[in-house]
Amino acid sequence: MARVVVNVPAEAKRGEVIEIRTLAGHPMETGFRRTQLGELIPRDIIRTLICTYNGVEIFRAELHPAIAANPLISFTTVATESGTLEFRWTGDNGYSASHSATIKVV
Amino acid sequence: MISRRGFLLLGVATAAEAQLPPNIQQIRKAAFDEAIRKVVGGAEVKEGKVKLDVPPLIDNGNAVPLAVEVESPMSAADHVKAVHIFTERNPQPNVLTAHLGPRAGKARVATRARIADTGTVMAIAQMSDGSFWSHSVRVIVTLSACLEEGLI
Repeated sequence: MARVVVNVPAEAKRGEVIEIRTLAGHPMETGFRRTQLGELIPRDIIRTLICTYNGVEIFRAELHPAIAANPLISFTTVATESGTLEFRWTGDNGYSASHSATIKVV
Repeated sequence: MISRRGFLLLGVATAAEAQLPPNIQQIRKAAFDEAIRKVVGGAEVKEGKVKLDVPPLIDNGNAVPLAVEVESPMSAADHVKAVHIFTERNPQPNVLTAHLGPRAGKARVATRARIADTGTVMAIAQMSDGSFWSHSVRVIVTLSACLEEGLI
């Protein structure tokens, strides 16, 4: 099971800009490294991160091999209404992870 | 005939300048320019509006904190559509492409990147009106990413 950590404030004022931090446990193998025997280690990375807020996409990122292992991505959004934020990571070799967080907007 | 000592000194001098041989540098510079061209097309990339925050001296290229902030009201009419980050000396120039919209509220994206060698890191912001703005930072890398071969 893929391990992910997401940091979303539990409560926010309406219209407030909140910062969302996401971290996914993943080696992000670049595909440029070799073993001691000189064999190329195949690429294994997370390709995309999509974040939706009550079903509407608010952020999408395309990741490349130059992202460090255990990719941390942080971004912002406006707290519009109470609801759930869904996060979905997809990558090479059928990697998929998801997480959801609830936010209360007052 | 070059002496052993001379050869070693030459190696040290080259390593201080850059960790890659010159022909690879040219190839990677061409790939860097090509990757930017793919994003902007024929449009002009102006300097300004974008602030790329990256430490100028990097001890460990395997995890370099990068933050990009773009000056924009982030309204439906005027917002940042995408933020692209490139590095000049990596085997592949692309680092991250982030698609934003007016719901972001603020155009700020942060991540951690691998940087292979001393060179330029560039952030390009694509605005909703079709213009492109950029900020480049020259960084010095002491321990390169991607060179940890033979560890496994």
